[in-house]
Amino acid sequence: MKYMLLIYSGATTDPACGVEDWMAYDKAVREAGIRVSSESLADLTTATTVTVGPAGERTVTDGPFAETREVLGGYYVIDVPDLDVALDWAARCPGARGGGSVVVRPVADFGL
Amino acid sequence: MDERPVESSVEWVFREERGRLLATLVRRFGDLDLAEDVTSEAIEAALEHWPVEGVPDRPGAWLLTTARRKAVDRLRRDQAYAARLAVLQVEADRAAPAPPADAGGDLPDERLQLFFTCAHPALAAEDRGALTLRCLAGLTTAEVARAFLLPPATMAQRIVRAKKKIREARIPFRVPGADELPERLPGVLQVIYSIFTEGYAASSGARLQRLDLAEEAIRLAWILRRLLPSEREVAGLLALMLLIHARREARTGPDGEIVLLDEQDRDRWDQSMIEEGGDLVLVALTGGPPGPYGVQAAIAALHDEAADVASTDWPQIVALYDVLVALAPSPVVALNRAAALAMRDGPEAGLALLDELADEPRLRGYHPYPTARADLLRRLGRFPEAAAAYREALELAGTEPERAHLRRRLHAVETPGA
Repeated sequence: MKYMLLIYSGATTDPACGVEDWMAYDKAVREAGIRVSSESLADLTTATTVTVGPAGERTVTDGPFAETREVLGGYYVIDVPDLDVALDWAARCPGARGGGSVVVRPVADFGL
Repeated sequence: MDERPVESSVEWVFREERGRLLATLVRRFGDLDLAEDVTSEAIEAALEHWPVEGVPDRPGAWLLTTARRKAVDRLRRDQAYAARLAVLQVEADRAAPAPPADAGGDLPDERLQLFFTCAHPALAAEDRGALTLRCLAGLTTAEVARAFLLPPATMAQRIVRAKKKIREARIPFRVPGADELPERLPGVLQVIYSIFTEGYAASSGARLQRLDLAEEAIRLAWILRRLLPSEREVAGLLALMLLIHARREARTGPDGEIVLLDEQDRDRWDQSMIEEGGDLVLVALTGGPPGPYGVQAAIAALHDEAADVASTDWPQIVALYDVLVALAPSPVVALNRAAALAMRDGPEAGLALLDELADEPRLRGYHPYPTARADLLRRLGRFPEAAAAYREALELAGTEPERAHLRRRLHAVETPGA
């Protein structure tokens, strides 16, 4: 079963949680053979929003900017047997600490 | 059969069997909906056949065989569903291999996994109790709705929502490993205790006590105690509930009005339940550091063993609250500790502690806080302040018996000497 772990950064960045922690976590996910895909996202200041109106007119705006304190910073898609295993991997993720959070969502399966 | 034989009706026997059967079928098929449907069908079949053909030697095995056959029939009719379940089962076995069948019993008891699934932290807190009552206490959705004073349709939606999350987010049916148990068991105990407190002091409505829910919670705790005999907090929770429930007859007057601990007719307390609870307190407090339920049970036992309020061992109760504050600090515990301290050291000392809690956000809107203040102010003869605090409590109190009690107290301080 595939789950997406959406990693939201917190208000503060935990100094105890550095690049080494992320590298170690990434290595652990890969070595466990559960990684389907993962990316980390560039800074929110580089984001652009697109909407298309009813007449097909395109609106492009800078942003969004962080209105709430939580900003999506990256994700993993992992394939594990059940939610408990997914929650364990979420809890190990450095993004779950220091005021951040990891939202675990099952990937919809239309195949079966 | 060593659970409390409260009733011996046919329905009761089936309620007990329903949970066991459901758990076994969930383990076998990995699907709660299918397991529920065929459990009901098997019980209907038993109601039809047994009165005519006699009760089989191994009723549990008969039910299981019947239910399994019905499940297999259904899966034959629905190949896509069967294929999906087969995948589920393979993955579930990958995560947690099936335990060996219990050779001794009629049916292996696999209810523990169901306790942990129903109390899973990924489910909405208000759904956990409902699901536990449905799956483990064998209540129908309508019975669960009535117990929680909710319309059946609302309760049905909640149960459907919870089951959908279990299925689609794939919350597993498994007993947490020994390393996870300290983190997960309190959640299960919390669900049972919240069922109990919901039944004991209904948060709304005219009746103060809804005995059914309190008794269901006790029954669930007995089952859990048998499944986890070495977990002392399970014994502690069961002891706590028995020791509180032992006072049920004395807790309300003839017209349903509330009778507080200090005015209760202690002859009406259930002595055998107090003894049972007392024995379990010893279990809960022996062999390691105490847990919060064990300590609360010990406090309840001290109340239950005292002849009256005056001879209650208040120093010991305050000491136990000190332990509880260290184990599970919360504003409510601090409030109760202040009330006990007022009994040991006098109302002035208790009031000083209560005033320290005045800015506590979690006590805002919690009527026992102004009630406790009002009682101490009354004992100090500060009647106008006491009246103001009773009025504040009246604004917040949920049940009619509680409000009636507060109105009587308010009247007494408004007309002192009358």
